[in-house]
Amino acid sequence: MNWLQLGPAATVAFLGAFLASFVEFVEAATIVLAVGTVRGWRSALSGTALALAVLCALVLVLGPALTQVPERALQLAVGLLLLLFGMRWLRKAILRGAGILALHDEDAIFRSETANLRLARATARWGVDPIATVTAFKSVLLEGVEVAFIVIAVAAGGAGLLPAAASGAAVAGVLVVALAIMVHRPLARVPENTLKFAVGVLISAFGVFWTGEGLGIAWPGQDLSLLALIVVMLAAGLAGVRIAGAVAARATVRVEAR
Amino acid sequence: MRTMQVILHELAGLFIDDGSLAVALLVWCAIVGGAVVIAPRLPATVSGPALALGCVAILWANVGRAAKLRAAGR
Repeated sequence: MNWLQLGPAATVAFLGAFLASFVEFVEAATIVLAVGTVRGWRSALSGTALALAVLCALVLVLGPALTQVPERALQLAVGLLLLLFGMRWLRKAILRGAGILALHDEDAIFRSETANLRLARATARWGVDPIATVTAFKSVLLEGVEVAFIVIAVAAGGAGLLPAAASGAAVAGVLVVALAIMVHRPLARVPENTLKFAVGVLISAFGVFWTGEGLGIAWPGQDLSLLALIVVMLAAGLAGVRIAGAVAARATVRVEAR
Repeated sequence: MRTMQVILHELAGLFIDDGSLAVALLVWCAIVGGAVVIAPRLPATVSGPALALGCVAILWANVGRAAKLRAAGR
């Protein structure tokens, strides 16, 4: 089965993995840039390389183990995880869109991380600074685990989706690394909340779809219903921003009237 | 050890931000799953949209509650 035959599911898998991974890579790149700028690139890149090696080992061990799980059980488990993951992002993006939560600020994170790293005292051994290496390692490992989860979860829902999801994540990774090398500072101009909103919509739609499949629901139109679910989630997200804004405005008026 | 704890905590945080949202979604999926098992003849044109729209209703209720609490706390 090739990508074209997989149609909507593969396209959504590619887009979902690309957008979600892009956000995660931007977050990791901010910390690695902070570490490299303040404490040297040797330690920053050592931590990054170490985290990538651990990630590769995790994927190589866990990936084949997933093929042993029965398809429907895997679809249900993955569907539920994607639903929780997607709805969490969508919720946060809605609250940020309505002005209730503060927007994610990569510049502020970069400033706070560089300030902390400047204060930390440690002696370099063999030319590698342990604090810098651990900071870069932790950041790349955490964001990388999220990317690995997204790729495995999106791909586990159906046969043949792995190339689409992995391509999406790989393209996002290459793009963020290229942009980080070019601008040499945090990618603060990325419209992160819009991206998170889009990812929340896509991943939630995927989550509902695979959960339904796992529960034994035969979706009308099969994979095409995924497109309908995306439209439903998009409309729900946009309406959610209005609902949250209206509720917050009413509550503020009540508090001020007291 | 502390790094592992942070990683595990962050991993759980991937799926659960507001616990009540996660619990409500899981309970709703269990209800729809139960209905599909109890009434296998339930058409997919009913169970599928019910699953999706239930999740949407839970999300709206959650963001509405969060907005109210944040506004009241200001």
